[in-house]
Amino acid sequence: MSMKLKKVSYVYSEGDAFEKKALDEISLEIPDGQFIGIIGHTGSGKSTLIQHLNGLLRATSGAIYYDGENIYQEGYDMRTLRSKVGLVFQYPEHQLFEVDVFSDVCFGPKNLGLSKEEVEERAKKALTQVGLDESYYKKSPFELSGGQKRRVAIAGILAMHPQVLILDEPTAGLDPKGRDEILDQVALLQKERKITVILVSHSMEDVARYVDRIIVVNDGKILFDDTPKQVFQHYKELESVGLAAPQVTYVVKALKEKGWDIDTTATTVEEAKEAILLAIKKREKIC
Amino acid sequence: MGIIEAAKLAFEYKKYDENGEVEETIRAVDGVDLDVKKGDFVAVLGHNGSGKSTLAKQINAILTPTDGTLYVDGMDVRDEKNIWDVRKTAGMVFQNPDNQIIGTVVEEDVGFGPENMGIPTEEIWERVEESLKSVGMWEYRKNSPNKLSGGQKQRVAIAGVVAMHPKCIVLDEPTAMLDPNGRKEVIRAVRALNQVEKVTAILITHYMEEVIYADKVIVMDDGKIVMQGTPFEIFAQVDTLKKYRLDVPQVTLLAHELRKAGVDLPECVLSTEELVKALCQ
Amino acid sequence: MLRDITLGQYYPSDSVIHKMDPRVKLFGTIVFIISLFLFQKISVYVVATLFLAAVIMISKVPFSFMVKGLKGIFVLMMITVVFNLFLTPGTTAFAIRKLKVTWEGIRQAAFMAVRLTYLILGSSVLTLTTTPNNLTDGLEKALSPLKVIKVPVHEISMMMSIALRFIPILLDETDKIMKAQMARCADFESGGLIKKAKSLVPLLVPLFISAFRRANDLAMAMEARGYRGGEGRTKMKPLIYKKRDHVAYVILLTYLVCIIATGNIIAF
Repeated sequence: MSMKLKKVSYVYSEGDAFEKKALDEISLEIPDGQFIGIIGHTGSGKSTLIQHLNGLLRATSGAIYYDGENIYQEGYDMRTLRSKVGLVFQYPEHQLFEVDVFSDVCFGPKNLGLSKEEVEERAKKALTQVGLDESYYKKSPFELSGGQKRRVAIAGILAMHPQVLILDEPTAGLDPKGRDEILDQVALLQKERKITVILVSHSMEDVARYVDRIIVVNDGKILFDDTPKQVFQHYKELESVGLAAPQVTYVVKALKEKGWDIDTTATTVEEAKEAILLAIKKREKIC
Repeated sequence: MGIIEAAKLAFEYKKYDENGEVEETIRAVDGVDLDVKKGDFVAVLGHNGSGKSTLAKQINAILTPTDGTLYVDGMDVRDEKNIWDVRKTAGMVFQNPDNQIIGTVVEEDVGFGPENMGIPTEEIWERVEESLKSVGMWEYRKNSPNKLSGGQKQRVAIAGVVAMHPKCIVLDEPTAMLDPNGRKEVIRAVRALNQVEKVTAILITHYMEEVIYADKVIVMDDGKIVMQGTPFEIFAQVDTLKKYRLDVPQVTLLAHELRKAGVDLPECVLSTEELVKALCQ
Repeated sequence: MLRDITLGQYYPSDSVIHKMDPRVKLFGTIVFIISLFLFQKISVYVVATLFLAAVIMISKVPFSFMVKGLKGIFVLMMITVVFNLFLTPGTTAFAIRKLKVTWEGIRQAAFMAVRLTYLILGSSVLTLTTTPNNLTDGLEKALSPLKVIKVPVHEISMMMSIALRFIPILLDETDKIMKAQMARCADFESGGLIKKAKSLVPLLVPLFISAFRRANDLAMAMEARGYRGGEGRTKMKPLIYKKRDHVAYVILLTYLVCIIATGNIIAF
């Protein structure tokens, strides 16, 4: 279901000495089935922004529409919204509390008031989707490795069948393989379930590799909102707000500056490789 | 003689089942031989659970080896008498910035170590000043740690160790919980410490970009050292690293791919500049 | 909401009050609190107000910061005021249906409100101008004679200072876990008492686990930095009375004398 933000502002501790505008008139449209990356340095307002999408924070002014309905209108069911817009917080494994993995995943759907069969059905499916088989069901979450715990936590959100899945730095603290595994799984889910995925990340390389659209947040405003290729063309502006482009983008840019005839929009290793090989061929022809 | 010398070092712990019986014995560190020279910058890589943290905690005498020997600056860590001297010699910085700051004001936290060592008051102040300056946190000395960014907190934690005047500093994934800017701040502070103060640094991490400045890289897997060498030697082996659940910096990977496609490039490239230079030749 | 609690939040500044020996401030706070309960006379409160206002001004802590601490006890204060308003016997001022409000009640309620406010403001001055470590150092030193009878004074003060450092962290954590569970549609508001208590399980279990993990990490970090109890430790900031502390004691004494004199001489 599509989401729409209209001039959403959020002010912390309004009216006293610590007043701070965390979001400043953000307008945004999130259509179905997109894979979106949100980037911005710590304190840019990106965490505040995603907490608005499922109604955990209420905008000081502006409106948010989910599936055409204003979520701030009277009588709007926030709980349904939260089940439709699933938010996986940073270090989500810290929220696990049940005696075993399976019951923990059941917590979300149970809160939706579903029947026991439906709850268990959903939990099983969600656990399968994050790559945990039945041998894990009865294990205590605390026996698992960091990466596995995180999968359990993600399954806990998936079991509510969200239409929009927001992940706040799902790879923080994981080793390189663990990072790839989680992101691959999310990408697969996005394709299979055709849900919208919003990935908040600090890693430009990860964002460039997976998403179709990047939203750059800075100082509570949207700085860029475009495809990765387009956004990373502005690497100088990104640097000035404490961000950067993927390493490979710098390589092709540097080659261009050295006078190479090369496409500078590469943002992934694969694209950079193609671009460089093509450019080498062109050079050989000239020589 | 090296500042840290380990031979056949091992650490075992037992996992108990519900009835209190030993379910299995886990060898977190398994036969590690290590020789770190004074003043070196050594990076230890390895996936989660590869035993690298356990190794680090042994160097600081928080964990006692179950097997093998480990000498820190000539002191046997298994000797009870040496524990406090070992901890003075090899300081340790941990992963979570919040859980290792004891003081409620930056300067008081940095003074905590020297206080424990029984340093006279005036000297504590000198040490606090010099160590906070060495990590660039002097302006923040009166602040509450809770108000600092992650990178700043870790720099305070490093200053807290530096104030104890250690010969060696062990950093156990100090950047795992930080954002890219925080990571850069911390690595810069560690490198400055290593180069200017000549403190031996042992950096445990799984961010590959942080390793390229090291004098020596060690890769651990399953409690054992599986690769050892200069960053150049290690990153030349892209496929082996992948096998150990690790990665290489993006430029290194790009160079590796280009080489495979027949482009004439050196065996290992670690930075953007190097790659551009090599391609333009 | 959870951030509003000022207690244990130090406000850095370089005022005389900040620099004062914590023992003076501790003693001063006690004297001030006692002075509030000695007499129930407007004149006495005028003196107390002047004293408090002067101290706050000298401390250079913005007043808005002080007031933040009051929000936390607002409910408690309202309850006290209401109880005093309606339940104090005396001559009726006016009545709302069967509830009588007496003149004595109004007076009592007003005094109670002022007392509570001043109590919080007074102790806020202490916590805002003294780092928790400094404060516990002060307590440790002030209580050190108790070591003779085997009271673990150093350990107690260390525990207190650690607790104070971790309160804001754990409050933040509570906030985060609560939001994470609300994202899973947990309901912390509706239902009866039992349901509400039950709904706290998903909040409290992760919170305890986190607290234990932090405690474990912290113990390790302290050991790694050579901590082994109070024996053989030196102090970065040893407590030695300076001239300003002696002056402060004299001022405090003068204040107490003023209060007692006003209370005994002036009739209202």
